[in-house]
Amino acid sequence: MDDRVHPGPNTQLIELSYEVSRPQERGLAQRMEPQAAEPLVVDRARRDIIARRRRRDVTVATVSTVIFFVVLGVVVVTSPGWPAVRETFFNPVDAKRVWPELVDAFKITLLLFLTAEPAILILGLAIAVLRGVTAPILTPIRLVATLYTDIVRGVPTILLILLFGFGIPALNLQGMPDSVLFWGWMALVVSYSAYVAEVFRAGLESVHPSQVAAARALGLNRMQGLRYVVLPQAVRRVIPPLLNDFISLQKDTALVSVLGVVEILNAAQIDTSLNFNYTAFVFAAAFFIAITVPLARYADWMAARRRRRSESYGGDL
Amino acid sequence: MSSRHSGVVLEIDAVHKAFGDKPVLRGVSLDVDEHEVVALIGASGSGKSTLLRCVDLLDPIDAGAIRLSGEDVSWPGYDANAVRRQVGIVFQSFNLFPHLSVLQNVTLGPRKVLKHSKAEAESEGARLLTRFGLGERAADFPDQLSGGQQQRVAIVRALAMKPTIMLFDEITSALDPELVGEVLDVVRELKDAGLTMILATHEMSFAREIATRVAFLDKGVVAEVGEPAQIFGDPQEERTKQFLLRVQQAGRA
Repeated sequence: MDDRVHPGPNTQLIELSYEVSRPQERGLAQRMEPQAAEPLVVDRARRDIIARRRRRDVTVATVSTVIFFVVLGVVVVTSPGWPAVRETFFNPVDAKRVWPELVDAFKITLLLFLTAEPAILILGLAIAVLRGVTAPILTPIRLVATLYTDIVRGVPTILLILLFGFGIPALNLQGMPDSVLFWGWMALVVSYSAYVAEVFRAGLESVHPSQVAAARALGLNRMQGLRYVVLPQAVRRVIPPLLNDFISLQKDTALVSVLGVVEILNAAQIDTSLNFNYTAFVFAAAFFIAITVPLARYADWMAARRRRRSESYGGDL
Repeated sequence: MSSRHSGVVLEIDAVHKAFGDKPVLRGVSLDVDEHEVVALIGASGSGKSTLLRCVDLLDPIDAGAIRLSGEDVSWPGYDANAVRRQVGIVFQSFNLFPHLSVLQNVTLGPRKVLKHSKAEAESEGARLLTRFGLGERAADFPDQLSGGQQQRVAIVRALAMKPTIMLFDEITSALDPELVGEVLDVVRELKDAGLTMILATHEMSFAREIATRVAFLDKGVVAEVGEPAQIFGDPQEERTKQFLLRVQQAGRA
């Protein structure tokens, strides 16, 4: 039977009684009087002290946080330039005017982001897997995959967007779309898939060789071992770093504005230059934050859950 | 080349294996008959694990031959997957697949390699798990099991491929002492069922009890081979005596 104890976050009291019976189990106390196993003992005084300390910690944290933000707010609002800043950056009249335009433009941002990400994941995974192939006939493909990640990661994303957006349509190739939105999207996919490929590769390499040996020992061939044993473990491990890239991509969709695509940054820029008021920028930032902060919290939560799991089993998940 | 006499399942013939310029196997020869249980004993680094990995073609050999039912399978280019369908191996560190449930661990080989249907593989897998007292754990994941249970699952996983010979690579060395017994019980059951086995082990009393023959590996060769009573009771070679003496002293300490 499984008699291992996995200490979780709330098991201090249970552990206490476990400690009591342990020397006897291990046979270390042969010369001591035999001890009768006691039922679970809960020392009320100890528990109360711990609970009181925890309450005190929460109170201190709350009070210090509130003071910090109140002081910060007061410093900003009482500063000499505050009325002018409020007028140009937080103007309710401008906010009302610019809101509908920004919502429309943000739909373009979301479209870019939500359609680019699946393409990036597929392309990135394909590149990572191809970099690891060993079949001699696929050597050129392996070389191309390596070159791709090296070169693409060496070029700033904004430059890639300019090259794709203005360069490729200028070739006047038959049957190629000439929309700058499409080529801006393509540049994001190309750029990010190179980074994501490296994340996947790190995940593939983190799976211990003994797992591959176990798969091969069962008679699975290389492809089957990759598909059923290595890949599922690798993908699970890299989900938190992938979410980070996802957040980064969401912000970098703003780079497509250099091609004249009216996504949210460009829309805000147009408004600010027409009305000499920067409220639109603050709004645009708020739109990005509305997406990225929940994603960041989610990524942290996933990472923490993974850590908890692997700790509680004392092993590598 | 045909086997020297019928009933020989595995012939290990003058096998050499070096890692870099460090020789590990220096001409190991050993035959294993059907239904035989051969215990490989020897100090750490004597080549026991390497020999088993070579037999399963997980490491290529440098010279010699490994013949399965008379056919040399060690030659470069031989279909290793076909060999591994006949040879099961269980590792010291279990190497279960952590992302798969116990039942999925057991059915992966039969489904993907033997191309059994999901239903067929699962009913056979469940039957094997139940037979070895693991029926209740079929839906659990490996990290929810004790070390002894994990190793029993690893044995069932290898058995599900219906191997003609099983290799056990120090399968109790990573276990807490109180969990060793349940794993050894499984091996006893397999012997009773007539499975051919090679067992690299540090458990001398178990080797003595279960083996039909014991092979003592020293510095990459089989220094002495014989029935357990002879090897443990009346070893002929000086180095066998020395080794058993060291083991005995360590056991007393």
